[in-house]
Amino acid sequence: KMASGQQWVLVEMVQAFYEAPAYHLILEGILILWIVRLLFSKTYKLQERSDLTDKEKEELIEEWQPEPLVPQVSKDHPSLKYDVVSGPPSHKIIVNGKECINFASFNFLGLLDNERVKVCALASLQKYGVGTCGPRGFYGTFDVHLELEERLAKFMRTEEAIIYSYGFATIASAIPAYSKRGDIVFVDEAACFSIQKGLQASRSVIKYFKHNDMEDLERLLKEQEVEDQKNPRKARVTRRFIVVEGLYINTADVCPLPELVNLKYKYKVRIFLEESMSFGVLGEHGRGVTEHFDVNIDDIDLISANMENAVASIGGFCCGRSFVIDHQRLSGQGYCFSASLPPMLAAAAIEALNIMENDPDIFTILREKCRHVHKSLQGIPGLKVVGEPFAPALHLQLERSSGSRETDMKMLPQHLLVCFQCLDRQIAVTQARYLDKEEKFLPSPSIRVVVTIEQTEVEIEKAANCIREAALAILK
Amino acid sequence: MNTCGVMYLTKSGDLASTFHARDPWTTASSRPPSLFQPGGVRNGAAAQGRPRNRFEQAPLYVAVLTYVGFGIVTLFGYFRDFLRALRLEKCHIAQERQELKEFVPLYQDFENFYTRNLYMRVRDNWNRPICSLPGPVFDLMERVSDDYNWTFRLTGRTLKNVINMGSYNYLGFAENNALFLTTVAEAVRGYGVGTCSTRQEMGNLRIHEELEQLVAEFLGVESAMTFGMGFATNSMNIPALVGKGCLILSDELNHTSLILGARLSGATIRIFKHNNMQSLERLLRDAVCSGQPRTHRPWRKILIMVEGIYSMEGSLVCLPEIVALKKKYKAYLYLDEAHSIGALGPTGRGVIELFGMDAKDIDILMGTFTKSFGAAGGYIAGKKELVDYLRSHSHSAVYASAMSPPVTEQIIRVIKGIMGRGGTNEGLRRVHRLMENTRYFRRRLREMGFIIYGNEDSPVVPLLLYLPAKVVAFSRAMLEKNIGVVVVGFPATPITEARARFCVSAAHTRDMLDKVLDALDEVGDALSIKFSRQKFSPRSELYDGTDFELDS
Repeated sequence: KMASGQQWVLVEMVQAFYEAPAYHLILEGILILWIVRLLFSKTYKLQERSDLTDKEKEELIEEWQPEPLVPQVSKDHPSLKYDVVSGPPSHKIIVNGKECINFASFNFLGLLDNERVKVCALASLQKYGVGTCGPRGFYGTFDVHLELEERLAKFMRTEEAIIYSYGFATIASAIPAYSKRGDIVFVDEAACFSIQKGLQASRSVIKYFKHNDMEDLERLLKEQEVEDQKNPRKARVTRRFIVVEGLYINTADVCPLPELVNLKYKYKVRIFLEESMSFGVLGEHGRGVTEHFDVNIDDIDLISANMENAVASIGGFCCGRSFVIDHQRLSGQGYCFSASLPPMLAAAAIEALNIMENDPDIFTILREKCRHVHKSLQGIPGLKVVGEPFAPALHLQLERSSGSRETDMKMLPQHLLVCFQCLDRQIAVTQARYLDKEEKFLPSPSIRVVVTIEQTEVEIEKAANCIREAALAILK
Repeated sequence: MNTCGVMYLTKSGDLASTFHARDPWTTASSRPPSLFQPGGVRNGAAAQGRPRNRFEQAPLYVAVLTYVGFGIVTLFGYFRDFLRALRLEKCHIAQERQELKEFVPLYQDFENFYTRNLYMRVRDNWNRPICSLPGPVFDLMERVSDDYNWTFRLTGRTLKNVINMGSYNYLGFAENNALFLTTVAEAVRGYGVGTCSTRQEMGNLRIHEELEQLVAEFLGVESAMTFGMGFATNSMNIPALVGKGCLILSDELNHTSLILGARLSGATIRIFKHNNMQSLERLLRDAVCSGQPRTHRPWRKILIMVEGIYSMEGSLVCLPEIVALKKKYKAYLYLDEAHSIGALGPTGRGVIELFGMDAKDIDILMGTFTKSFGAAGGYIAGKKELVDYLRSHSHSAVYASAMSPPVTEQIIRVIKGIMGRGGTNEGLRRVHRLMENTRYFRRRLREMGFIIYGNEDSPVVPLLLYLPAKVVAFSRAMLEKNIGVVVVGFPATPITEARARFCVSAAHTRDMLDKVLDALDEVGDALSIKFSRQKFSPRSELYDGTDFELDS
């Protein structure tokens, strides 16, 4: 029935066509042609209008002047001229030709100059030479690497450990191995530069919470919870991480780990812990901040640390459950695409672990020295000590911050002068160095004071007096 | 002829005709006046006798079979995942802690499909542990798996004297001769192995400065700075050089470290086809003429990033053409010589010397010490202003530990060796030896009918295997013949171009190479991987136009 109805319409149309006056048909014909023309012609010639002729292009190319490759660095830029160390940067250090007592190198346990470590490194050198000439995947895995990984895992009491050939690359590669675009990372404002670079490489959403402020972190987590309820489908695939440091290199204080673990289970967020400053320092056996707080290490999803401070070698490692760590063997960029750690350096790290395991007293000694230094540095006019009494790398900051960053920064040369004067009096301290424009939250300028177990009480007193006198003379 | 020498060989096998037909520059007649057209700036004289990059295409059936191969493994993977879901097959994967079951999963299921079902089957071909020097021969630790590669067990036995065709030991400086290593051992005794500080704070040792002067002198530039890790040299310095409002033009085959550095810099990144000057020039022209997208402000600066030898292709950069382009368009050039420094050029000065060019034409010279130097770390060299800027602004100088003193000493020793200081020309001899070995090895492989990528002077020799099953069979068969090779497939290469990669070394004796070649001939026939349809006439091209004279 429908079909016959449509047929009728068609017949009517044909009839109407016959009955229409000629001018009407002509008009409609013109209209149809017009539509066809409009369909096939460009409405306006955008292409032609913006296209440059070759001559114009050549002129543009001729005309364009790029900025210089790098801006000129002024000759008196504070970080252009480095202090030159001749001889080993150990307890006694020769800086710019002057022998000083070292309060600047992160050689907390004095293992840099340790004979046992050197003997092992030499034995390894004799067997393996220096370089590995390949990444781990392509014959760059040596028995020494496997041994070091096993030893680190055992030392930290975790299932597995993975080593990197450079400390900086460790956490900077580990974070983007897990956290991808769209994932959320909650991170402390005081986080060190390698964490910042890892976050940047991950392209995740980054949420900074105030330094060690658990209320602020919880506020962010709650906000996220509300956000998640709005879009539960997205929430089910959005990974969340908290990234903190055990002992912050920038502030020399410790993260409130037990609270963080509570928040972890409450809000279902994983914790990545950077322990470069606390590994081989905190805890009865030097296992770091988990031992310090007696937190179950399995509650931390990933721990990373470098072997360039307490261990006094080169490289870094991550440890944790195999489920987590093993993933980096295919996804950790600094692991897969870089030559592996020279066996000699791995051998040195193994021997350092031996020493740390055989003689856990060194951690107690270190803690005592730290307390001593912390106490001696109190009450210096114009300077305040920043950091925990058990932190081996303290900061001396201006006592009264002027309130404005700029005036504080103007005090930088004064800091340097203090360092120079100390150098003159045979105490090596340095200014903590940062890239002002690159840091997310630039730490206040400070003088770094590093404690090692080799410093004697007399030397510590001498250093404290020296800094006090320099500060008196310069900061006034 | 205006060409960088990229040579595509097609079915006909007729070199000359295909060369013209596929030449990227001679086909573009409707383009605006360009540097690489007849009558352009360069007359192409340098192309005469210049080493050529070859990329012979595989027969079509090989590509089809490769996809079929991947298809079968993928289907089988789904089938096994299905069995695992039904618990009919035991699941070996490490499991998440029970406490974390309610968390958002750390890995998406599909992320691990490849690892679980493809990589796991063949994983014995990578990460083989060694327990000796990575010299021309090494000792492998025997590994067995009782659960189809999910876990490995070391048997405690070693496979002795396996010929090493995998390590980047181009000049054979990965060595443990106590006499050669005297100074390195002294550095260990004198300094210890670490530095415990950054360059800017308290880790700037006298020997670092000595090394930097030596590197600058070796490369023939004003100044140089060295860093503790090759990978980080790229990823931590590129952000200091370019930033927002800058444009990076990057070769599509650039190493991950360059890509990471470019990403961290915040600059806009555009990719040009591998070694394709037409593609690069189009991007340059467009960039200079149209400026930044949306704002149309001119770019602050343009940086071209290329490598000397591409590590997976064995091809050389078209340096003269790129330098001409960069000069015309006022771009800056970043040359990563990770594989080429030490290994190329009559005196080991890298790809610049090979092309007979001036190091001052390249704005940023980068290289690593991991390969030819048998050490670790990297350098950036160039004008004094550049290096001064890096000394004050490099991420590495401020935040990363300084280079290990014995590693530094090893590099000093090797550079002095190559420069002929200390009375011997052993270093130079090795550079020549490497070139001889490379040409010999490549020529023999082509004679046998393998498809070999890259440049005849490149010690990185990729041998195309294509099919995933053959890749694995090849690696295992070679190990049975006591030869350690590196095989790579997807995702490190395009999915249809899995390959084996040999790294020729100056330390390889002719005898070792012959042993490897004989084994390859045998395995090649057994696995039928001699895919080349080139009629190779062995004598015609041999050593013609060589720019290497042994007595130079």
